[in-house]
Amino acid sequence: MGSQKPLLEVSGVTLQYKTPNLLVTATYRVDFNVLEGDRFILLGPSGCGKSTLQKAVGGYITPTEGEMRLKGQVIRAPGPDRMMVFQEFDQLLPWKTVRQNVAFALTAARKLKGKEADERAMHYIEKVNLTKFADTYPHMLSGGMKQRVAIARGMAMEPDILLMDEPFAALDALTRRKMQDELLQLWADTRFTVLFVTHSIAEAIKIGNRILLLSPHPGRVKAEINSTTDPKDAALLEQRIQHMLFADEAKEIIDA
Amino acid sequence: MPEVATLKVIPITEPRPEIYREDMPADAMTVVEKPLSTWELLYNWSFFRKLIILAALALAWEIYGRVLNNDLLFPTFSATVSAFFANVMNGVLPERAWGSLRVLLMGYAIGITLAAVLTALAIASRIGTDFLETMTSMFNPLPAIALLPLALIWFGLGTASLVFVLVHSVTWAIALNTHSGFLSVSRTLKMVGRNYGLRGPRFIATILIPAAFPSILTGLKIGWAFAWRTLIAAELVFGVSSGSGGLGWFIFENKNMLDIANVFAGLLTVILIGLVVENLIFQTIERHTIQRWGMQA
Repeated sequence: MGSQKPLLEVSGVTLQYKTPNLLVTATYRVDFNVLEGDRFILLGPSGCGKSTLQKAVGGYITPTEGEMRLKGQVIRAPGPDRMMVFQEFDQLLPWKTVRQNVAFALTAARKLKGKEADERAMHYIEKVNLTKFADTYPHMLSGGMKQRVAIARGMAMEPDILLMDEPFAALDALTRRKMQDELLQLWADTRFTVLFVTHSIAEAIKIGNRILLLSPHPGRVKAEINSTTDPKDAALLEQRIQHMLFADEAKEIIDA
Repeated sequence: MPEVATLKVIPITEPRPEIYREDMPADAMTVVEKPLSTWELLYNWSFFRKLIILAALALAWEIYGRVLNNDLLFPTFSATVSAFFANVMNGVLPERAWGSLRVLLMGYAIGITLAAVLTALAIASRIGTDFLETMTSMFNPLPAIALLPLALIWFGLGTASLVFVLVHSVTWAIALNTHSGFLSVSRTLKMVGRNYGLRGPRFIATILIPAAFPSILTGLKIGWAFAWRTLIAAELVFGVSSGSGGLGWFIFENKNMLDIANVFAGLLTVILIGLVVENLIFQTIERHTIQRWGMQA
């Protein structure tokens, strides 16, 4: 296993952004490698820079230090080889139907044209069980359906890596569970690579096969661990992760 | 009889039976549906409600005109309507209206183009933004009609002067609205567009313009109203296009001949064209775009 070349290499990445009166360091010298077919999770409390880190992989932020390589190529700008699935429901273009939304991504990125784009779009819309709603405009869909369209769009592009930024965070608990199962089913079907950001420990263990645990202010790598599918082990793992996150807080209280 | 205050004890509820129900097939339900009455249906139609308002206004006009009984000051609605039809039939009004509309469309089209160029520059660079902001804050409050004397010196008496002031009245309103629309496009949508690898003109055309369409449409409406007002005023006050003759000139001529019913007929035409453009053209565009996309309720 160790000989497999990583798909995404992140080495020594420091990310900073400016607010009007100070320079904030979001992550400090973060390293990790994502292999092909990984369900790689970035997990941490709010303020650990996990979303910023993912936006940097997306190409929206340039690191001040270190570099990120996708298939050996340094990431410099956003591109369709790294499709993003956002948390926000307004990520679909409201002036296009479900089918047009997915097909437009393909034509805009100059991957496919006309009929081929439409066929590919319909194929992935079927995968997320939205065939009945293919000609519906996004404003008539529920939140969960919108996220499914966004996932279908991401998968239809057949990117090297799918970047999901807390895609289920704005959903209700029941829908969230269903979507997690569906995502795992989709993964079992097509074995795409996904980099998934979440702040829910349970979601991380359920979705991921490898979890990067980040500590806050600024984000540093605390651990990189394997997930498990065994329910008993999962419960133990959840406790361990919780302990790692809370150990910090306890120390802070003692320091104060 | 003195009452003894007793503490009210809430009794412990007895355990209640749990309830489970069989799923009911959908076709077994009796659907409760009742068609609306004809009046309710009509009243739900905004065009009908507006017709009622217009009819009420016409009635008030007619009554006031009859009470006043002075054709020189205030002709009745019926006199205005008959003057309107007479002038439509003899071809004078359609010709004058077309004369005005032609100039108007010309100015409107040039104004839109100019606004598009300005906003594109404003999106592309910071200096472009500053340029647009400075220009709009300077020229937007300046009444277009105030430029007409200058335009008459530069371009002479005729269409060119009119088009110049029209462009001035249209451009800033549209540019301002479009630019603010672009600025309020959600960050997520912009990130989605860049994720597809879109940039430059393709990004503007496929992401920014549709996303900002509600604001753009508002700008187009305001621009249209400004242009229409400016044009009639320019024709009326300066008689600029007396050669070709527009609606403003028609009103001016008839006022000089003290044919007040015709003046009202001219005004009525201006109003009618305004109503048609707003209620037919702009509303149709709205229905097929922003309402359908759920960007406006």
